[in-house]
Amino acid sequence: MNPPPSPSPMQLGLGAVMLAVLRREIALAMRQKGEVLTPLVFFIVVASLFPLGVGPESALLLRMAPGVLWVSALLAAMLSLQRMFASDYADGSLEQMLLSTTPLTLLVAAKALSHFLLSGLPLVLVAPVLGLQFGLDGQSLWILMLSLLLGTPTLSLIGSIGASLTLGVRGAGVLLSLLILPLYIPVLIFGAGAVEAHASGLGSGGHLSLLAALLVLALFFAPLATTAALKISLE
Amino acid sequence: MNKHGIQWFKYASPQNFYFLAGRLWPWFAGLAAVLALVGLWIAFFLAPTDAQQGEGYRIIFVHVPTSQMSMLIYVVMAGWAAIGLAFNTRLSGMMASALAPTGALFAFLSLVTGSLWGKPMWGTWWVWDARLTSELILLFLYLGFLALQSSIDDPRRADKACAVLALVGVVNVPIIYFSVIWWNTLHQGASVSMTRAPSMAAPMLWGMLIMVVAFWMYAIAAALARVRTIILERERHTEWVKHAME
Amino acid sequence: MQWNSVSEFFAMGGYAFYVWGSFGATALVMAVESLLIRNRRRQMQQTLRAEHQPNELQT
Repeated sequence: MNPPPSPSPMQLGLGAVMLAVLRREIALAMRQKGEVLTPLVFFIVVASLFPLGVGPESALLLRMAPGVLWVSALLAAMLSLQRMFASDYADGSLEQMLLSTTPLTLLVAAKALSHFLLSGLPLVLVAPVLGLQFGLDGQSLWILMLSLLLGTPTLSLIGSIGASLTLGVRGAGVLLSLLILPLYIPVLIFGAGAVEAHASGLGSGGHLSLLAALLVLALFFAPLATTAALKISLE
Repeated sequence: MNKHGIQWFKYASPQNFYFLAGRLWPWFAGLAAVLALVGLWIAFFLAPTDAQQGEGYRIIFVHVPTSQMSMLIYVVMAGWAAIGLAFNTRLSGMMASALAPTGALFAFLSLVTGSLWGKPMWGTWWVWDARLTSELILLFLYLGFLALQSSIDDPRRADKACAVLALVGVVNVPIIYFSVIWWNTLHQGASVSMTRAPSMAAPMLWGMLIMVVAFWMYAIAAALARVRTIILERERHTEWVKHAME
Repeated sequence: MQWNSVSEFFAMGGYAFYVWGSFGATALVMAVESLLIRNRRRQMQQTLRAEHQPNELQT
């Protein structure tokens, strides 16, 4: 059974409501640990596929590392996106959210944030281990983590748009990927670019600032688009 | 004044627009054909041979129109999407759907002609320069729109969902373009941007402009013709469609 | 006019494949697109006519 419903929003501040959404998401996820761990394992497996595909030459792998790790993380983050709204849609809690007095945009933002905590953060923590396999040095590993830390919330936010647009649609999984992968490209470019720029001595500051800017933009606009898409999907 | 106001909203109804589009599209097609003939004549008989690229540069007379139009059509699609979402009109979504296939085809052609231009000039069939890569991503955006459209059964929901997608896309296009330019310049080795057109002699410029307008007229004609069928599909249960088909 | 002969025109200074390939592909795509639009319309007309006159005897 789902956790008991949170107290009516009239009694809570908006921050408390968002916190309640977060805690609910985490509680639900903990019941289905597999759903949280599978994308993480996917990340590890896919990242290992590249050396198997291109050969173990360390110079080549070192050169490829930022891009490969970022693409693998991006794909892994994308895997769990459908989960964001699908189960709530199925059991009716999504309609409840639409009817609640709390602005849907805030609820949606909270959901995207929980997706980041459950899907993105594990990737951030595991990435350095994979980075070692590719020969990245200590400093680069930190930059990698930082870039993923800044980038994965954006991926969750953009992903929420795709998840809401494809709600209940047949073939939703693959369709979702097709829709949002082009939108992920700037995050990929600046994320992988940050690590590369650091490695080549140019400094990652510019890339990381741009990643942060993208995050801010996504924070403002993605919930709006997701809310519109949810209302359309639930008509 | 009042009469003009009424006229405008009259054509927001699919029924009236159906017949208006029916009268208009042949004119746009004709215009496209005439302009294309003029443009082609300039392209092949007036524009001189380029010093560096020889005759090969003439590809720009189709490459530039297709890429310009693929971008313009996406923006127009997003415009119709915005109108549809704001005013909840049925026709706007239909217009966006009518434009999408043409835009996608133009994006595809832009890549094909870009490749054919690049191979003799730079030796490879594909170059990851900023413009071609952005064009590729634009094609992905079009394909996503078409895929979303075809996977949602309810046409109204499909239109609205695609409208949101188109708006998200159009906002992202400048961001994507900027990030691709950034990516390209940082990784620039000795490679040169393949889409640097030869310095424009006047006939070249004129030819290109005329071809761009020709493609534009073609796109309008195709969209108007296509939207008529879409209107028939969507409005099939109305009386006027029954009469129109007799 | 800058072409000394018809064959020169078709040869396009050695770039024939690329130039004519590009223009050809463009023309082909536009022709196919126009056909597809026309066919889609015809199919819809047929479907709608069949829907609205189901009781007429087909000869």
